[in-house]
Amino acid sequence: MKKRLERFWSLFYARNMEFLRDRSSLAWSMLFPFFLLVGFSFTFSRDKPPEAVTIGITGPQIQVWQPRIAALPQVKVVILNDADEARDKLAHHKLDLLLITQPQPPAYYVSETAPKGYQAEVMVIRLLEAQPQPPPSLFVRKTLQGTEVPYLDWFFPGLLGMNIMFGAVFGVSYVIVRYRKNGVLKRLSATPLTPFEYLSAQVASRLFLTAFTTLVIFGGSMVLFQFQVRGSWLALFLLFFWGAASFNSLGVMVAARTESEELVGGLLNMATFPMMFLSEVWFSLEGSPVWLQKLALIFPLTHLITGARKVMNDGAGLADVWGHLLVLMTLTLVFLTVGARLFRWTRR
Amino acid sequence: MTQPILEVVDLVKQYPGLRAVDGVSFAIRPGICFGLLGPNGAGKTTTIEMIEDTLDKTSGEVLYKGQPRSQRFREEVGIQFQSTQLLQYLTVEETLKTFHRLYTRQANLDDIISTCQLQDILKRDNRKISGGQKQRLLLALALLNEPELIFLDEPTTGMDPQARRNLWDIVERIKTKGKTVILTTHYMDEAQILCDDIAVMDQGKILTTGTPRELIQRYCPHITLQLPLTLPAEALTDLPWPVETRPSGHELHVTDAKEALKMLLARDIDLSNISIHSPNLEDVFLVLTGRSLRE
Repeated sequence: MKKRLERFWSLFYARNMEFLRDRSSLAWSMLFPFFLLVGFSFTFSRDKPPEAVTIGITGPQIQVWQPRIAALPQVKVVILNDADEARDKLAHHKLDLLLITQPQPPAYYVSETAPKGYQAEVMVIRLLEAQPQPPPSLFVRKTLQGTEVPYLDWFFPGLLGMNIMFGAVFGVSYVIVRYRKNGVLKRLSATPLTPFEYLSAQVASRLFLTAFTTLVIFGGSMVLFQFQVRGSWLALFLLFFWGAASFNSLGVMVAARTESEELVGGLLNMATFPMMFLSEVWFSLEGSPVWLQKLALIFPLTHLITGARKVMNDGAGLADVWGHLLVLMTLTLVFLTVGARLFRWTRR
Repeated sequence: MTQPILEVVDLVKQYPGLRAVDGVSFAIRPGICFGLLGPNGAGKTTTIEMIEDTLDKTSGEVLYKGQPRSQRFREEVGIQFQSTQLLQYLTVEETLKTFHRLYTRQANLDDIISTCQLQDILKRDNRKISGGQKQRLLLALALLNEPELIFLDEPTTGMDPQARRNLWDIVERIKTKGKTVILTTHYMDEAQILCDDIAVMDQGKILTTGTPRELIQRYCPHITLQLPLTLPAEALTDLPWPVETRPSGHELHVTDAKEALKMLLARDIDLSNISIHSPNLEDVFLVLTGRSLRE
């Protein structure tokens, strides 16, 4: 057992050295998320209108309003039964504008920090007011005082999650495939080292490095943009940890016997791109088909980001996110087991 | 007879459409250097890698100390592959330490460093060393566990003559420590200098085995004397050996060089341009296959 740990440590240490000494990739993995974040804060501080808007409607007169709003160009309508739930969705940028269809006068909510709120007002409310039939009396405008989450705060957990995902899956798998191709794995296989020891050292090393880079990015962003963590730090740490572990394991599984970087790149793109779009990194899936929203639940990134948003934006504690943690742990175990089963040291 | 340290019985590697190794059998006595000699593509590396358990065999048996290979095998053998790269961004010293920690039985690292002459490059990045230095490092990695059996696959391929000689010295030094070495090579001089036993391999099969001397005596018992064409052919008639006249000169294939020289002297033939070629393993291979090793 002691020897097993020593072998694990030997590879863990060597891999860390390799990563830390590879200055260019190290710098890139630290700087890239900053660039993104700076770019986004810049973009969203301006009145550059994004395209379609999502309008939530709730209240007793849904049937009256739904067809009228749906007829407007570039507008997606979501019908909601519960007004509180609806306001919550607006607060989390799942909606751009919320219409409460009380008899008179109808009220609408916008989130003042949302970049698309103003645009939604122009595209929906101003147009409706201009329509003659049936004559709408003036709308009452309301905002979500105090509870709204600025877009950048909403986006930040997604950015961290995405960064962890790409770093982990590509970092682990490319190293394994490259070493299989150039014979390093063959050399290692001629020693008492076992596949499990080797793979766990790779995963552990990557987790360590992910923790390190995430900490730098997280700390830097907190200082630069004054983000808040409203909930449990422990829950946040565990979400990041198991999220990273599940992506590492995914990388290990994909690279278990692949012999070309191109193939691994393709497979990983196939796995990560749907996650990037369906796991709500950039925008919410609200308003998209239900099956798509359900499908997104199989992705580790969905659970990582949703969990992290609950903690950072809504002040959730460990008890509120344990479901997400459970999914991430299970996925880690499944990916790693399959990966170790499939693993090959050499090319055939 | 002592038990062989390694015994290979009817080893076969079948690839789709190619039988790379076709029923290879041999046994290696402990403490010797055993050479697999053959041209590129003969199946040497495939054979040695199946013995190392790096490559799956199609059929056949490999016995280490009379037993099928177990986990102990990995701890007790040292392997140098023909071409493997190393973990990147590590120095030579760190590379050695990383591999050293993987073994339960550990050789003294300083001894290995001095045996393989790595003292001066310990702090260098393992990718920024010369070809000869890289081979010495790979050899050192094969020695870290004080192995009883060492596999060297084409250890001097691509090296300049000085570096080759240097590596041969190191292998000689390893042999004096009583270790068993199995090496593959397509250099007949390397086999002749280092190996106690040789198996000549071609097209997946072992053609013959024996010590270098035995092989030469068995297949090439003749010594070739070559005399310049300026000498008239009549001067060489009635000798007990056949004479061939080639563009390069008259060739006599003799069994006893001393006797032949005496006869030539008795005929008062000018021997200042004579050249004498003793047969070597290259000639053995030529006799066995009709081709040269370098083809």
